Amino acid sequence: MSRYFTEDHEWIDVDGDVGTVGISDYAQGQLGDIVFVDVPEAGKSLAKGDEAAVVESVKAASDVYSPVSGAVIEGNAALADEPGLVNTDPEGEGWFFKLTLSDASELDGLMDETAYQAFVAKL
Amino acid sequence: MTINQSGWKPTSPQANEGGARATFTGNKALMLEEALIFEIGDDQTTGVDFPAGDVAGSRLGNLTRKAPIGLPGLSEPETVRHYTRLSRQNYAIDLGLFPLGSCTMKHNPRLNEKMARLPGFADVHPLQPVDTVQGALGVINELAVWLIELTGMHGVAMSPKAGAHGELCGMLCIKAALEKRGEGHRKVVLVPESAHGTNPATAAFAGFTVEDIPATAEGRVDTEALKARLGPDVAAVMITNPNTCGLFERDLKAISDAVHAAGAYVYCDGANFNAIVGRVRPGDLGVDAMHINLHKTFSTPHGGGGPGSGPTVLSEALAPFGPLPFTARMKDGHIALIEEETAGDDHPDTFGRMTAFHGQMGMFTRALTYILSHGADGLRQVAEDAVLNANYVLRSLEDTLDAPFAFSGPCMHEAIFSDEGFPEGFSTIDVAKALIDEGFHPMTMYFPLVVHGAMLVEPTETESKAALDQFIGALRSVAGRAMAGDQSLKTAPHFAPRSRLDETLAARRPKLVWKEPAGTREAAE
Repeated sequence: MSRYFTEDHEWIDVDGDVGTVGISDYAQGQLGDIVFVDVPEAGKSLAKGDEAAVVESVKAASDVYSPVSGAVIEGNAALADEPGLVNTDPEGEGWFFKLTLSDASELDGLMDETAYQAFVAKL
Repeated sequence: MTINQSGWKPTSPQANEGGARATFTGNKALMLEEALIFEIGDDQTTGVDFPAGDVAGSRLGNLTRKAPIGLPGLSEPETVRHYTRLSRQNYAIDLGLFPLGSCTMKHNPRLNEKMARLPGFADVHPLQPVDTVQGALGVINELAVWLIELTGMHGVAMSPKAGAHGELCGMLCIKAALEKRGEGHRKVVLVPESAHGTNPATAAFAGFTVEDIPATAEGRVDTEALKARLGPDVAAVMITNPNTCGLFERDLKAISDAVHAAGAYVYCDGANFNAIVGRVRPGDLGVDAMHINLHKTFSTPHGGGGPGSGPTVLSEALAPFGPLPFTARMKDGHIALIEEETAGDDHPDTFGRMTAFHGQMGMFTRALTYILSHGADGLRQVAEDAVLNANYVLRSLEDTLDAPFAFSGPCMHEAIFSDEGFPEGFSTIDVAKALIDEGFHPMTMYFPLVVHGAMLVEPTETESKAALDQFIGALRSVAGRAMAGDQSLKTAPHFAPRSRLDETLAARRPKLVWKEPAGTREAAE
């Protein structure tokens, strides 16, 4: 399983043709306490870069973009009751949605963990 | 009169923490604690005594309410005291400087109120025959003339109820104009990062797709990026001028020319018009539509006595598509109200109607009073003083707080600072909360998003140098404590009726409905 990051601070874990998407630890730190998350419903078709989810903190509301194209399999229902999971475990239990990748080659344009950390260090 | 031989001097004793103790009532001197109205009301009390009904029986049948309605009953003095006590815990422009950026919280002259309360304006009904409300319609018409004159535009829609409603009015005009010329396929609206947050929301609501245009390092629109994005799918650009970084968009004329050449329209968010009123006419910069927040530029800000009002000025290209109704002065001096029934064939391209009636009459009266009492020279001075005050704040604090656009030249109506340099764990919110202890409403925070931990300060022309100096001193003191890592800031405010609230918990577990504690009613019976 491999993990990739976008410049908009989403991460995606890829296992076969299934991707799990969330926002990075850096992103949750910048947003502050998350109070509301709106995740996409199963079946929704997303193109790479589409607005896939919405995350609201006490400071701001932000769109979460889909790192790749695909069809949503599942949104993380646990975030409805516990949006704070995005703060406590952003790159684990705080995942946003899973999707079936329609074009694995789109992953080539994303960063790996090392490249992302270097990207964040420069911000 | 007896001679004071004790040596006691009648100085004012300062509040003494050492002597402070909780009071029996929970009140602090004359600052009163106040319960919710549901907690002080009951179902036995009423402020109005109705005579016993003389109608025998009820015609409601089985629709009669079975259980008490659950509204609190209070006598008239209890009701008056409840709301007056709550109002004393509020902050208002009538109490002090209100530096909320992009809100133009200026003084509301009392002359405005006197005029708005004249019976001929205050006691009219929108359905009265127009012959009986010629004075009120005259106010609307006269104000429309002034707004067109001050903006250099062609027409104005007076009915929008506030800023975002005015934005929607402008975007619906653009949509109607595009459809009229068979270009309804233009669906993209470009919104710079330096624009107001309502702009993309308005565009999306009107059915457009929003694309961001980046800001430059100096806080203005990246003109080249904007020009590069123009094309046959672009309907409009929504630009805020002066923008939310407090800067004048110097390239607006060139941007407008490029946008028009590409077949699109320019919407300008006029929320910050206060900085340029009497100095710059947006019409000269190629703007096609712009709303004017009467409740900002022309006084009566939020909390200052009135609702919003967002008349939208329109270019010659868009004016034919403006909404009904509007007023028109006939040759004989009579003011006509142009509505669906009276428009005839004169206004065939209107996109329709946004409001039931003519707009915010009370705000029209106040705005026209403000304009006429200031005159053209006075309005010009309003803009100059507002800009001068903002620059005084910016230059007085740039050695204390990071001012990301200080190098971009003079600011316009507002000064912007960031939380750069605050130690780990400290953020803008701590400064804002501590300002409450200092007796000020905090500035706008965390907006615009292009500035980290933004603090947006708009003092307006209302404030004297002494008032500005006091605010600057307070902000300098609080910012200094933040820079020094003063932990007491993390729990500020300490002197407010409530100290730091758990905003996260409030947002995650909001209690939106009062629920009667279980067993209360049974216990009372």
